[in-house]
Amino acid sequence: MLTLLFKSLASSPLTEPGPGAVELAALAREVGVAAEATLGRSLSIREVDAGSCNGCELEIHALSNAFYDIDRFGLKFVASPRHADVLLVTGPVTRNMGEALKRTYDATPAPKWVVAAGDCALNGGLFAGSYAVMGGVQAVLPVDLSIPGCPPTPTALLKGLLGLMAMPAR
Amino acid sequence: MQSLSQLLACGTPVPACRPWPRAVLAPGDWSALAAHLAQGTLTLAGLWGDEGAVHMAVLEPQSGTAGIATCLCPDGHFPSVGQVHAPAQRLERTVRDLFGLIPDHAPDSRPWLDHGRWAVQAPLAATVPAERQPPYDFLAAEGAALHQIPVGPVHAGIIEPGHFRFSCHGETVVQLEERLGYVHKGIEGLMAGADVAKAAQLAGRTSGDSTVAYAFAFARAVEAARDVSVPARATALRALMAELERLANHIGDVGAICNDAAFALMLAHCGALRERVLRASASAFGHRLMMDAIVPGGVARDITEDGIAALRALVATVAATFPALMRLYDETPSIQDRTVGTGIVKATLVATFGAGGYVGRASGRDFDARRALPYAPYDRLRFDVPVRTDGDVNARIWIRILEIEESLGLIIQLLDTLPHGPIAARVEPGPGEGVALVEGFRGDVLAVVRLDGEGRVARAHLRDPSWFQWPLLEAAIEGNIVADFPLCNKSFNCSYSGVDL
Repeated sequence: MLTLLFKSLASSPLTEPGPGAVELAALAREVGVAAEATLGRSLSIREVDAGSCNGCELEIHALSNAFYDIDRFGLKFVASPRHADVLLVTGPVTRNMGEALKRTYDATPAPKWVVAAGDCALNGGLFAGSYAVMGGVQAVLPVDLSIPGCPPTPTALLKGLLGLMAMPAR
Repeated sequence: MQSLSQLLACGTPVPACRPWPRAVLAPGDWSALAAHLAQGTLTLAGLWGDEGAVHMAVLEPQSGTAGIATCLCPDGHFPSVGQVHAPAQRLERTVRDLFGLIPDHAPDSRPWLDHGRWAVQAPLAATVPAERQPPYDFLAAEGAALHQIPVGPVHAGIIEPGHFRFSCHGETVVQLEERLGYVHKGIEGLMAGADVAKAAQLAGRTSGDSTVAYAFAFARAVEAARDVSVPARATALRALMAELERLANHIGDVGAICNDAAFALMLAHCGALRERVLRASASAFGHRLMMDAIVPGGVARDITEDGIAALRALVATVAATFPALMRLYDETPSIQDRTVGTGIVKATLVATFGAGGYVGRASGRDFDARRALPYAPYDRLRFDVPVRTDGDVNARIWIRILEIEESLGLIIQLLDTLPHGPIAARVEPGPGEGVALVEGFRGDVLAVVRLDGEGRVARAHLRDPSWFQWPLLEAAIEGNIVADFPLCNKSFNCSYSGVDL
């Protein structure tokens, strides 16, 4: 283990500059003001799978790897909606998950945002019209931001979440 | 004792089905087949409903053959297989929920996918307005000192939803009951009547981590139904994608399992390595998870010289870095203390359930669809199928580690022998029935399709490997402490979406 640790210490970090460094720097300045005003430089995210195929979850997981290192932006994933500022919802919202999603929202303290991640969360995607889905997050919750993609790449997710910090919360 | 071919010969053959034989059996012969499953001479590979009929896919390990039996249900009933063979129980509950067909004498008549939230009952058959359902009746675990822990459907991590009901004695789990179905999207309902291209996209979104395996299985089923022969270059590219998917998931899993025992260093390294696999996959096939890259007839796009170079560089990187991670796992006593001897699944159970993938192979079931029912291009490739017998979390990690090495070897072989030529054959619209079994990272994925004459799907069924793994997780956790559940669960890494469909 020590060899591996020393090797990691000696090599340069894998973390890359965020998406569109210049664009983001401007955004970050803006975000700094907006987020600090409401939340003090950080956003806690509770991810809710409301019927996704798990593809979106894989890419949301990737946000925590060394290349994207989402923590450096003050964004972190939390285990309970009671600790969250943001609900990051994926999937077309199956009828079997509708109530659980609504209850998760109700358990999240204001101010809060809802982000619909992925094409399914936007409007049901490929699953729209099924007897078993409600057809997107909007059918159950007020959505503040949608991040399209099937699944959205980690870069797209990161861009969307950073942009969110500049938006007013509910 | 009769062989599978003898058992199917009792019925009326359906010649349209390829490449496995299908026969319509009388209820008595259907039950005789079920008795063979219960005795263990045959393995259940799937059980699904249709309009007025149920089908059962069966493997015969001894002969390396497979077949499908059909039981017609003119009065809406069929003899339960689950009454003698437990692995069929959840599948039969699903048949009942989706088609309204009743398994007679089934030991468990509770609904499975139908949570009482749909507007209709039996949505895939003649639909009836839904009735109010009684609250779900969890199995009892009785005793003075027992307490229950309900978990889910919304979990603490970034994972799929499902409900776990633990009955515990102090820290020790006495009984776990799973209740799934939360992510039921009605995929098979959407596939019925869809054109083949749309159905292929849906198949590829049955379980996002296995999108390649599902698209591969569905494409092969369609090609079997239409008797299409796929160009050699396309089959090689398909296998490249399948091995990249296996590599990405196994590397991710090794990190995630260790992380569930708070060994975060492993997750950090494996997470970065997984990212490299996804990036190489994107440069070779245009999508990080390679969604929609396999289509019926072949593949959607060809690999470029740059893509080949990216894959060769990836193999070199993984081969150079992974052995150190393997040693890190093997030589750290604190993580070994958590994984060795934890969550043991007995060999008899994996045999009974026909559990595939690392769950089966970690408990001595030497089965891999790439070798048992070989398909192109694996019939010309060299690879080993690692098997362990300890059946614990450690063994399931080791199967993954060894399979990572095998996948690297397969990728090199495929790149070295990549055939030239077209990447797709045309699939002419027309009727037919096809079936395929593909080895995904999690185990064998079954795809069955029946086409109408106009290029549309009449009925398609996709059976995730997790159907025969989830029930074993209930067995694995028994007698372990609650705190070891995440570890056991992650070592199984069963699919919710694949099972809920």
